[in-house]
Amino acid sequence: MAILEIKDLQVKYGVIPALKGLSFHVDEGEVVALIGANGAGKTTTLHAISSIVPKAGGTITFDGKDITAEKAHKIVGLGISQVQEGRGVFAELTVLENLKIGAYLRKDKDGIEKDLKDVYELFPRLEERKEQPAGTLSGGEQQMLAIGRALMAQPKMLLLDEPSMGLAPVVVEDIFRTIKKLNRERHMTILLVEQNAQMALYAAHRAYVMETGEIVMSGTSKELKSNDDIRKSYLGL
Amino acid sequence: MERLSKYKNIAAVIGCILLLIAPFIITNSYYLHIMVLIGVYIILSLSLNLITGYTGQLCLGHAAFYGIGAYVGALLMLNLNVNFFIALIASAVVSGLFGLVLGIPTLRLRGDYLAIVTLGFGEIVRLVFVNWADVTRGPMGLPGIPTPSIFGFQISGRTAFYYLIFILVALTLVFMNRLTNSGFGMAMQTVKADEIAAESIGIYPVKYKLIAFVISSAMAGMAGCFYASYVSYISPTTFVYNTSVTILAMVVLGGLGSLAGSVIGAVVLTLIPEVLRFISDYRMLIFGALMVIMMIFKPEGFWGVSKRVKNIYKIKAGGGRRERDSKSK
Repeated sequence: MAILEIKDLQVKYGVIPALKGLSFHVDEGEVVALIGANGAGKTTTLHAISSIVPKAGGTITFDGKDITAEKAHKIVGLGISQVQEGRGVFAELTVLENLKIGAYLRKDKDGIEKDLKDVYELFPRLEERKEQPAGTLSGGEQQMLAIGRALMAQPKMLLLDEPSMGLAPVVVEDIFRTIKKLNRERHMTILLVEQNAQMALYAAHRAYVMETGEIVMSGTSKELKSNDDIRKSYLGL
Repeated sequence: MERLSKYKNIAAVIGCILLLIAPFIITNSYYLHIMVLIGVYIILSLSLNLITGYTGQLCLGHAAFYGIGAYVGALLMLNLNVNFFIALIASAVVSGLFGLVLGIPTLRLRGDYLAIVTLGFGEIVRLVFVNWADVTRGPMGLPGIPTPSIFGFQISGRTAFYYLIFILVALTLVFMNRLTNSGFGMAMQTVKADEIAAESIGIYPVKYKLIAFVISSAMAGMAGCFYASYVSYISPTTFVYNTSVTILAMVVLGGLGSLAGSVIGAVVLTLIPEVLRFISDYRMLIFGALMVIMMIFKPEGFWGVSKRVKNIYKIKAGGGRRERDSKSK
């Protein structure tokens, strides 16, 4: 069953169309990747889902509810947690404060404590550094913190924007292993935006390929990995 | 760590006692006057720090709220014989309302719009003070503002005012400390750091910016009411753009997002012009040079945010941060 259903989504920056009628869906418990080159509209798609950019048309349905006109700060309360491009951790707050503020909308203290433990279990490094200001963490650790903070909101679905950006290959692998683990062990639904098609296809069940604001191809990761065009344009094989 | 905080407490107690007996040691009324002024500026810089330092919204018209508070308080006390303490609250309410009206349209936007709007607002308020002569007596100002009285006991003289401002500053500090170390304070700092990230965790930035701005302007209004009663004469020349910039300089030099910083900034920037009085012609020059030097060598201010050791969750305080601090020393 589709937990996120996007129909004919359009976004314009001024008069320039960034998304030209995008339609796709994400099923519950699935990892779906949006891959494509710079300027394809991947990040814009995520921003449209979380209402950071205004939509010019189309509908977004999440968990049976139309969220097209929802305000940005209400989205997380509905169960969609977003990890931004460039991580967006609060540099002056400590790791623990960052994680706790991720649970800003929640009132259940015990649940928050439990989720905090879960995040630490997922990223033991964060526990070691919990009293450090987030700005002093390495890039990979900040990415972990950003994902951890998103999880603290107890989301039904996670939106990840370029988790590999600016990270060393070995760290990227680590992050994607965790993404996979998150899905496998905790059944987290994840929509992933990524330029690193190889890693994205490794972690995702299905993927959509975007070019200049449109979806040009879709399929399971296996299909896409063996597709000649994809191999040439995105995987460099 | 525990011993450290014990020393800190002892230092704080000694400091408080020294400040409390200061009027008996410092009998020079000029010095005492400077100390009262410092108190007023501490409240002003603390309040500006809330919106600029903690919430990250630049405000260039703090003197306007200070002035509104002063005029509202003075007019109430002069024309309606209102008690000082009621006038104090009224000043805060009126200034806060102006902050609300100004903030609702501007704080919805991301960026530096508040700076532009408050810059204009400061000038408008000054022009109103000058030109609304029927009420404000224009450039002649309002003389003979009465001193406060509590239960029939008249507060007058520098010493009494010193204790009054001491109490007001103490209350402001306690309030600001509680506020900035609460979840509310943390939410404000997330808004400062990254509004989109704040939204992505469900924080509505407009709400926090607006509340911070209203509290900030209300506190400035209170300071204005005290000032009016203290100097007993106010005129538009006190509440000019220059004053706004001075308060902002206190906040920035002291350290954005730091309470101790605001206090230090207010003390230093009130004292420097007074200390340099003997070279009257050059003092603004030296003052300016000091600011430039400061910004080059210590851009985070006297007491920048890196000194924020206290962790609101009271997990064994210090940890990584303390290590980092000692390394950098």
